[in-house]
Amino acid sequence: MIVFLIVVIIVVVMVTGLYNTLVKLKKRCENGWAQIDVQLKRRYDLIPNLVETAKGYMKHEREVLENVTKARQQAIDASSVKDQAAAENMLTSTLRTLFAVAESYPDLKANTNMLAVQEELVSTENKISFARQHFNDTVMAYNTKIEVFPSNIIAGMFNFVEREFFELENEAEKEVPKVSFE
Amino acid sequence: MMYDRIAANRRNSIILVFGVMAFLVTLGYFLGEYYGNGYFGIGLAVVVGSVSALVSYFGGRGVILKISRAKKIEKKDHPQLFNVVDELAIASGLPMPDIYVIQDSAPNAFATGRDPGHAAVAITTGLLDKLDRDELQGVMAHELSHVQNRDILFSMMVGVMVGSIALLSDFFLRSVFWGGGRKRSKNKGGSVPIMIIALLLAILAPIFARIMQMAVSRQREYLADASAAQMTRYPNGLASALKKIAEDPEVLEVANRATQHLYIVNPIKPFEKRAKSLFSTHPPIEERISRLLEM
Repeated sequence: MIVFLIVVIIVVVMVTGLYNTLVKLKKRCENGWAQIDVQLKRRYDLIPNLVETAKGYMKHEREVLENVTKARQQAIDASSVKDQAAAENMLTSTLRTLFAVAESYPDLKANTNMLAVQEELVSTENKISFARQHFNDTVMAYNTKIEVFPSNIIAGMFNFVEREFFELENEAEKEVPKVSFE
Repeated sequence: MMYDRIAANRRNSIILVFGVMAFLVTLGYFLGEYYGNGYFGIGLAVVVGSVSALVSYFGGRGVILKISRAKKIEKKDHPQLFNVVDELAIASGLPMPDIYVIQDSAPNAFATGRDPGHAAVAITTGLLDKLDRDELQGVMAHELSHVQNRDILFSMMVGVMVGSIALLSDFFLRSVFWGGGRKRSKNKGGSVPIMIIALLLAILAPIFARIMQMAVSRQREYLADASAAQMTRYPNGLASALKKIAEDPEVLEVANRATQHLYIVNPIKPFEKRAKSLFSTHPPIEERISRLLEM
C-alpha cells in the first residue's frame, strides 16, 4: 500500500514538473513571436521620421522616398503572413536604396537627426533578426521537448503541438524577387 | 551546456558561502574559547557570516559598481551603446541590464549582479571611444554571456566576500605589527588570540588570493567568448575589440584585487604580463583572438 502511494506521488510530481516545463517553453515561444512583432512595429514608427528628415535634402529623389513610404504602408496593411513577408522584404530593399542614395548627400549624412534615425533603424534591423534568431532557438527547445521521452507522453496527453520555425512560416519571403539596385 | 554552467555557478556560490562561514566559525570558536565561551564566539561568527553573505548577495552589485566608480547612464547619454545592449538582450532572451560607464581611458568592461533580472554591465569611456559598432556588440555579447550563465553571481560573491576578507586581513596584519606591542605591555596574554588570528590570516591570505584566481578559470573566459560569437553570429567583432584592448598599455586605476577577475581582460597587469603570466586570472588575449577567428 505504502509502496503504491509512493509510486503515485512520484508519478504525479513528475507529470506536474514536465507539464510545467512544457507550458514554460510554449510561453517562451509566444513571447519570442511577440518580440518580433514589437520590432517590426517599431520600424514602421521610425520610417516617417526618416522620410521627413531626408525630404529636406533629397530634392531630386522624391521617388525613393515615396517607395519607402509605400512599402511601409503595404507592410502595415498586409493581412496574410505571406503578404506581410513580401512587404517586409520590399521595405528592407527600399530602405537600403534610400541609405545608398543618401551617401551622395554629404549634408544629409552629417545631419544629427539623420544620424540618430539611422542608428535607430540599424538597431531595429538587428533587433528584428536577433528576435527571429531567438524565436527559432526557443521553438527548437520546445519542439525537442515535445519529441523526447518522457515529456512526449505528457505533450501528447495535453495536446502540445510542434511550432513552426520562422523561416518555414515565411517560405514566401525567399521567393520574392530581390529589388535590383541600378 | 549553458544550464550546466548555471548550475555550477550556483553550486560554487553556495560552497563559497559555507566555506567562508566555516572559516568564520572556526575563528569565532577559538576567540570565544579564549575569552571563556566558545559557543558565544560561534554564534557571533554565524551572525557575522550570514550578514556578510546577505550583504554580498543583495548589495554586492552596488558595492562593486561603487568601488569601480561606475555611473549609471540613460539611453540619451549614449544611444548606440543602449541599442547594442538592447539588441543582445533580445538575441539572448535576457532582460535589459542596467548600463554603467566608468570614466577612465583604459579600455575594459565587466558585468555583475546576482541574476539576469538584477544585472549590470559597465564599460570604460576609453573602450567606448575606441570601438566601432560591431566591436562594441562583441564586447557586450561577451558580458551578457557572463550574465546568462550566472558567472556574474559567483564572481560577485567571490569579489565581495573573499575580497573583503583579503582586504581585512591586509589591514589586520598591518595593525598587529603596529598595535601589538602596546597591548603586550599592558597584558601579557592579550596578544595571544590576536597572534592566532594574525597567523591564521597570514596562512589563509594567499589561499584566498588563489581562490579569487580560480574564480575566473581560463575556461570561463573562452566559454563567454564562444557564446558571444554564437549570440552575434559574428566572432570577428569581439576578436578585433580584444585586439584593440590588447594593444592598449594603460592600467585601469579603479580595479583592485577584489574586482580584477570581473573584467573582460585583466585590468591590472601590463600587456606583456597579461599575455604570458601562468597564474593570470585571464587567458592570454592572443589565444582568445585566434580561437575566435577559427570559429
